[in-house]
Amino acid sequence: MEHVQLGRGDTDFIRAVETESGQKVSRCYQCGNCTAGCPMSFTYDFTVSRIMRLIQLGQKNTVLSSKAVWMCASCESCSTRCPNHIEVARILDVCRHMSRRAGFGGARNVRLFADAFLQSVRWHGQSHELGLMAVYKLLSMRLFDDLTLAPDMLLKNKLPFKPHRIKGRDEVAGIFRRYAQGRGLHGGGKK
Amino acid sequence: MSAKTYAYYSGCSGSGTSKEYDLSTRALCAALGITLADVPDWSCCGSTPAHMVDHALSAALSARNLAQSEQLGLDDFVTPCPSCLKNTHNAIEQMRDPGFRKEVDRLTMRPLARKHRAFSVLQLIYEEVTPEGLALKIKKPLHGLKLAAYYGCLLTRPGRSMRFDDEENPVSMDRLLEAAGAGMLPFPLKVECCGGSFGIPRGDVVARLSGRILELACSMGADALVVACPLCQMNLDLRQKQIRSAVRLNFHLPVFYYTQLLGLALGLPEDQILLDKLVTDPKPALAKIEIIRPPDVPAQPAKEVPA
Ligand code: SF4
Ligand code: SF4
Repeated sequence: MEHVQLGRGDTDFIRAVETESGQKVSRCYQCGNCTAGCPMSFTYDFTVSRIMRLIQLGQKNTVLSSKAVWMCASCESCSTRCPNHIEVARILDVCRHMSRRAGFGGARNVRLFADAFLQSVRWHGQSHELGLMAVYKLLSMRLFDDLTLAPDMLLKNKLPFKPHRIKGRDEVAGIFRRYAQGRGLHGGGKK
Repeated sequence: MSAKTYAYYSGCSGSGTSKEYDLSTRALCAALGITLADVPDWSCCGSTPAHMVDHALSAALSARNLAQSEQLGLDDFVTPCPSCLKNTHNAIEQMRDPGFRKEVDRLTMRPLARKHRAFSVLQLIYEEVTPEGLALKIKKPLHGLKLAAYYGCLLTRPGRSMRFDDEENPVSMDRLLEAAGAGMLPFPLKVECCGGSFGIPRGDVVARLSGRILELACSMGADALVVACPLCQMNLDLRQKQIRSAVRLNFHLPVFYYTQLLGLALGLPEDQILLDKLVTDPKPALAKIEIIRPPDVPAQPAKEVPA
């Protein structure tokens, strides 16, 4: 297990996590139920219960630069099994938002995939698999991943070539635009 | 059965990777007397990427679709996709907070006028039609087919927000498929994660998590898996070849949408359930369905045995 050099606790960070998630992190008593059921632990640097503890201790940088907050699959096993009914997955989501806003790279390909997906929605109003794959491949330079899937998808006619562009796509683009503007004003999405 | 109409949101995958789910859902609902009205000019809910970036952005993308459904004058919003459903549920729930709602309204510039409720199509069929009601309509029972129902992680969890079935041991698909005559295995991984949206950025994660699901279903003797989620279906079926070579096991397990199998049992034709869209060949599994023909000649009344 990795050892953490504890820094001075950042109480603003604890408060920010609590406000943005609507959860009380002090209610976690470290039973480890969340970690026991977490399917992604094998990709994490800190298990989910350790992340909870690090938040309680206000270890902002350690949490926001962790792999765990980026590799969480939002499967909700932790939220379901927490005896204190803490929305643990929501807390991880909120840490991921903070990590992105603070400019921590996170798990690069996971972040790039999310970007490519949302770009597609912003352009067309709906996501377009072929287009978002192209954007993702260019951003990540993983040009040859998943090429083996294409023949099956084409054979089954499951990969529409042209995006379906909805009539309200300007309206959807407007949501993204106002979101980006608002982020400048209030420093991100608020709970 | 209520004569109610539901606002139907097929979700993006319904026009691409899960066409067969969308089509078979529509056909099944029509056959069961459930009326669906498409949400006009719907947009993407943002799926996992949106809530990974920001909750208000994610809620705003869902709220636009709820606003579109208001054009139909309908409050009940149904979708076949658990990921779309989760985002819609979260949007409705988080918008109870006035500050959050204000931020969402600022993003959409279309404050919602009605009180909305969201359901999965599975919930609608399970609770409105019920397994007993379904059983009465079965024309071609699935006798002889051994199935593992895999619900995925999102459909029921956590129970306090999804409000459907049992969060850790859901049974709705099992009961419906049983009513259609199939044999259901007690599948222990029914709510475990398949790797979700990590398929593209981290194929290794999906190979490991989905691989476990496929492997266990095979070792339990399942003829097929049955799912209710387009993302699970894609990971388990489309990626099955990749997974086979990654985990070095040689399983061939078809992965049906429950709507396809219920449709089959109701006697719906292939062009409404699109079994040919499945990548892993379903024919060997379907060949196990025992056709029990109704006897041509009525059985002879039993002869009276002299006392
Ligand atoms: S939601 Fe994330 S942290 Fe929680 S159990 Fe699932 S993968 Fe692990
Ligand atoms: S399950 Fe809940 S109380 Fe237990 S360690 Fe995880 S967050 Fe803390």
